[in-house]
Amino acid sequence: MEKLVQLTMSGVANGAIFALVALGFVLIYKSSDVINFAQGELLLIGAYLTYMTVEQIGIWWPAGVVVAVLLAAVVGVLIEALVLRPLIGEPAISVIMVTIGLSSLLRAIVGAIWGVTPRPAPQFLPRDTMTIFGASVGVDKVWAIFLALLLFALLTLFFRFSREGIAMRAVADDQQAALSMGISVKRVWAVAWAIAAVTAAVGGILLMSIFGGVSGSIARVGLLVFPVVILGGLDSIPGAIIGGLIIGLLQSYAGGYLPPELGMGEVVPFIILLLILLVRPYGLFGQRFIERV
Amino acid sequence: MQSGTFHTTYAADMALRPYWPQRLRIALVLVAVLVFPWFADRYWLSLANTIAIAAIGAIGLNILVGYTGQISIGQGGFLAVGAFSAGLMAARLGMPMWITVPIASLFTAVVGAFFGLPSLRLKGLYLAIATLAAQEIITWVLTHGKLLGIGESLSIPRETSNIFGISMTAIGNPDFAFYWVTVGCLILTVIFVSNLFRSRAGRAFVAIRDQDIAAQVIGVDLFRYKLLAFATSSFFAGLAGALTAHYRGIISWERFTIDTSILYLAMIIIGGLGSVSGSIYGAAFITLLPALLSNLARLLSGAVPQINSYLPYMQQGAFGLAIILFLIFEPEGIVKMWRNVKDYFRLWPFSY
Repeated sequence: MEKLVQLTMSGVANGAIFALVALGFVLIYKSSDVINFAQGELLLIGAYLTYMTVEQIGIWWPAGVVVAVLLAAVVGVLIEALVLRPLIGEPAISVIMVTIGLSSLLRAIVGAIWGVTPRPAPQFLPRDTMTIFGASVGVDKVWAIFLALLLFALLTLFFRFSREGIAMRAVADDQQAALSMGISVKRVWAVAWAIAAVTAAVGGILLMSIFGGVSGSIARVGLLVFPVVILGGLDSIPGAIIGGLIIGLLQSYAGGYLPPELGMGEVVPFIILLLILLVRPYGLFGQRFIERV
Repeated sequence: MQSGTFHTTYAADMALRPYWPQRLRIALVLVAVLVFPWFADRYWLSLANTIAIAAIGAIGLNILVGYTGQISIGQGGFLAVGAFSAGLMAARLGMPMWITVPIASLFTAVVGAFFGLPSLRLKGLYLAIATLAAQEIITWVLTHGKLLGIGESLSIPRETSNIFGISMTAIGNPDFAFYWVTVGCLILTVIFVSNLFRSRAGRAFVAIRDQDIAAQVIGVDLFRYKLLAFATSSFFAGLAGALTAHYRGIISWERFTIDTSILYLAMIIIGGLGSVSGSIYGAAFITLLPALLSNLARLLSGAVPQINSYLPYMQQGAFGLAIILFLIFEPEGIVKMWRNVKDYFRLWPFSY
């Protein structure tokens, strides 16, 4: 029972982070049909920017985190303007490949600035444990879940009530109709990349404080975004959240209950990915498209 | 000066290289390929071998991505299947190279067809993500491959690298001997694949790429030809992998991760999608880029001593930047740039 609670909590915490990262991915896909292979590197950048502002420059940590997240948003907007915009209308393989090239470039930049050796993360989430159903669970995990939920709530309000959010939904629904209603699609893309960078940065910061360190391995999480979004449906935001939680939990249970030398936690998400693709390619909540010649 | 196409026979119309300047160029390239190893030192020979092996893998990937339009991020996994099946046959059973390489290639073709099964229902981005899963699963099998008897790495006994009993170390250094094997395989691959796209299957591949539903309507058996494309493509991936195993003598899973898949995708994007010669240019570009950078770093290390510690990042960054710049400024790759050069001279002085 104790193990179950612990695994569930760490699964939900990881799942919430996956969901955050997947959310940014889905936003970009919905607004501009771009599959972003550099999502993991956005996590990396968010984590290292926070390391820079809080640890290296020494800003008081809440302010440092805010500055880092804003810088990440700027990086997102720059990526969209410099790299993705010239490729509008190119075939899918080109767009995939440019984000792959981008991920390589971003990793090289991060590596050149901060090196590859893992560095201790600044501590802002409390490290002590609390007891839930008789099992001791790290408080930082509870915080991670709480912060992710808070961000989801804020984004939901943003999409429902703000002018930008409604414009984004319009573009996702029908790009041409939105254009003819006077919505600036370019602006929407910039906002989508900014939000994706912000959610990824927050995910990166949470991962950094759960791991207790920051290193290149954070970018590995970027690959896990694919099982999550395929499970939930490539174009569904609720799907990203639920898919994130399911993948997080399954990964945690597979890693905890199956023999550890198999390392099942790493491969289970991808087996699920293949199964989902074979059975229900549009995912749990994705939209089905009818194809015409 | 050539002013138009004036074929008078069907044979001339269907020829791969109808014009004499094209045949002259091929002959010159062949002569260069034959002469090169006698003058090159081991460093350049090993680069040439790496390029030839990479080119075989890139041509294989191009069959799938460039000609059939099925995006695959699993080439690294298929290379691994070829490398480890050849390696295991050589290391455990002591089979010589001329047996292991063909068997490993065929085995990889079967594995590739298996992982092509999702293409029955998936296309485009979804298929790309499915091949990503295939890559991760193959990597996982290799890293937890106790049942296969692979530790951290697998070493292949040197004496298995022989062809009909002639050892690779019999004539001079092994790089020189392997040159003839790798380049020979590359030439056979080029001839096979160039002709493939004049055959029924090849035409079906191109039809699927251009518009799969329309291809189905005119009677192309989509599933069968997609599987065939996966199998053919993986066959060459397996060939490249098996050659790598015998050439390097030691292989580990780290050589075949998703980064390798990306490397091969970059080769065909930079070289030119849907072009055999483009795959070779791309393979050469991607192989030479890090080598050139490390030579450059060695030259500059006197003036800027800390440059060596930045070299890995420079190589990785240059790789990413090359992909981005090519996609933005010349999406059709090196092959298009070369065609522009040729057109300039062909049409000169009336270049409009």
